[in-house]
Amino acid sequence: MDWLITPFSSNAFMTHALIAGVLVAISCAIVGTFVVLRGLAFIGDALAHGVLPGIAGSMLLGYSGMSGAVVGAVVMIGGISLITQRSRLSSDTAIGLLFVGMLALGVVIISRSTSFRGDLTQILFGEILGVSTRAIFTQLVAAIVIAVTAAVCARPFLLLCFDPEQAQVMGFSARRYHNVMLFLIALTIVVSFQTVGTLLVFGMLLAPAGTGALIARRIGSMIAWATIFGVASVYVGLLLSYHFDIAAGAAIVLTAITIFFVVFVVQNVRVQRSHQSEANAS
Amino acid sequence: MNNNRQGSSPVNKVDDPKLISSGEQMIIHANNLNIGYNNKSVVAAINFQLQAGQALALVGINGSGKSTLLKTVVGLLPAIQGQLTILGRHPGGMPRSIAYLSQFHASGFVLPLCAMDVVRMGRFPNCGLLRRMTREDNELVKAAMQTMGIGHLGDSPLRSLSGGQQQRVYLAQILARQADLLVLDEPTAGLDAAGREVYLRAVSAELARGAAMVTATHDIQEAAYCDQVMLLAHRVVAIGAPREVLTPAMLLETFGIVITGEYPGVAVLEREHGHDHGKPSSRPS
Repeated sequence: MDWLITPFSSNAFMTHALIAGVLVAISCAIVGTFVVLRGLAFIGDALAHGVLPGIAGSMLLGYSGMSGAVVGAVVMIGGISLITQRSRLSSDTAIGLLFVGMLALGVVIISRSTSFRGDLTQILFGEILGVSTRAIFTQLVAAIVIAVTAAVCARPFLLLCFDPEQAQVMGFSARRYHNVMLFLIALTIVVSFQTVGTLLVFGMLLAPAGTGALIARRIGSMIAWATIFGVASVYVGLLLSYHFDIAAGAAIVLTAITIFFVVFVVQNVRVQRSHQSEANAS
Repeated sequence: MNNNRQGSSPVNKVDDPKLISSGEQMIIHANNLNIGYNNKSVVAAINFQLQAGQALALVGINGSGKSTLLKTVVGLLPAIQGQLTILGRHPGGMPRSIAYLSQFHASGFVLPLCAMDVVRMGRFPNCGLLRRMTREDNELVKAAMQTMGIGHLGDSPLRSLSGGQQQRVYLAQILARQADLLVLDEPTAGLDAAGREVYLRAVSAELARGAAMVTATHDIQEAAYCDQVMLLAHRVVAIGAPREVLTPAMLLETFGIVITGEYPGVAVLEREHGHDHGKPSSRPS
C-alpha cells in the first residue's frame, strides 16, 4: 500500500503532478471524445506540433511559452481555414501543409539558439514533476471552461458528429460549432503542453477517448470512460516514474496506450468467444 | 400523396381540422429557379408550387440534380438565380419547420449512439441548446419509433442494427420533428418490402396532419404515390401529376431507357400493356 500512496503523500511535487495530470486527463477526455468521433485526429496532431514555433519564438523573446502557443494555434487554425475556403484543396492537405511548415519553422528557430536544448525537451515532453501552482490554476480554469462549453454545446456537438448537414438544417451552425470544437482542442493543447508536453498531449487526447470508444454505448459514457482511463494513466504513469526513475510524461502516455491495447485485445477475445458459443449453439 | 395507395389509410382531408385550416397554405414556391454548386448551374428554370398536405417526388438518374434541389430547398445550398420561398420566407433559418433526411449517414457504424438517441435528436431544434426535453418531446420520440416499428430497439446501439433498421431510425427522427415540410433524399434506400409499407403509412399520416413532402427517389412506384412528380435530367423534363408524367416517352427522355421487366405495379408498364396506368397493381403485369 505504501508503494501506491507514499510517493504522493510525502512529496509535494508528486501531489502537484497528480492534480495537474488529473486536470489534463479530464480536459483531454472531453475534447478527445469529439476528436475521435469527428475524425479530427490529424488536426489535433497538427495543432499539438504546430504550436512549437510559437512557444520557441516567444521563449526566445523572453515571453511565456503559453502566449506563443496561443499565437501558434491561431496561425494554424486561421491558415487551415483560409486554404480550405479559398482553394479546392481538402482540409487534410491544408492541415498537412501548415503542420509541416510550422514544425520546420520551430526547428529553424530552435537551431538558431544554442541555449534551447533543455527548453526543447520541456516543450516536447513537459515537466509534470515541476509543475507550478500557477500552472495548476491555469489548468483548472481551462478544464472548467472546456467542461462548461462542452455541456452547453452538447447538442450541436452531437449533431456535428452525426451529420454536419443535419446540424445546419436543425439551426445549429455547423461552421460555428466546428470552430468552437477547434477552439477547445487548441485550448487543451496550449494549456496541457506545460504538463505533459506538445508531443504527449496528443496521446492523452486520443488514447483514453479511443479506449472509451471501444466499450461505450453512448457519448456521455464514452467521456466518463475516457476520464477514468485518463486519470488511471496519470496515476499509474506517475507511480512508475517515481519508482523506476523514468520520464513522467512518457510513462503516463505509455500507460494510456497500453490500457487501449489491453481493452482492445480483451474485447476482441470476448467477441470471438461469443461468436464461437453462438456457432456451437446452432 | 394521391389516394391510390395500397395498404395505407387514405388521406382524409375533411375530417382533419388542422388540414382544413392549412389546406391551402403554400409551403414551397419556386419561380424560374436555377440551382447548382459554386455558381455552376446543375438545373435551371425550375418552377413549381407545393401546398400543405401535398407530396412531390423528384425522379431522375444519378447526378441529375435531385439532391442539389433538396439541399437548396433546406438552405444548405444558395440558389444561383430565381426565387425560392419556403413558408413565405427564404430557405434556411426555419429549423423547426423543415425536417431533412440526407442520403448518406457515414457515421452510422462509428458513433456510440443508441437508436433512441438518434430519434431524440429530432427534438433538438425545438429544445435549442439548453432546454430540457419535456414529457411531450419524449412521447413524440416514442410514438415516432413505434410508427416506424422500432419501438423495441430504443436501447440498441446504432452500429449493431442492420442498414434497413438504421434507415427506420433515421426516418423516426424525421417523424419526431413534427415539421411542416419533410425533405427526404432516397428515404426507402435499404428498406425491405415491410419497411417500405411502414414508411408509406407514416408519410401518409404526416401529409394528413398537413405537412408537405419533397422526396428524391429512383423508385417509380414510390413516385406514383405522390401528388406531383418532377422528372430531372440536368433540366426539368416534366412536372405534373404521376399519370401525366410517368409515361414511357417521358421516362425514356429522363433515363434514356424504359424498363420492360415485370415489375408489379409500375405505372408505365401497365400502360404499355393496356392497363390503367398510375394505379399500382398487386401482381406482375
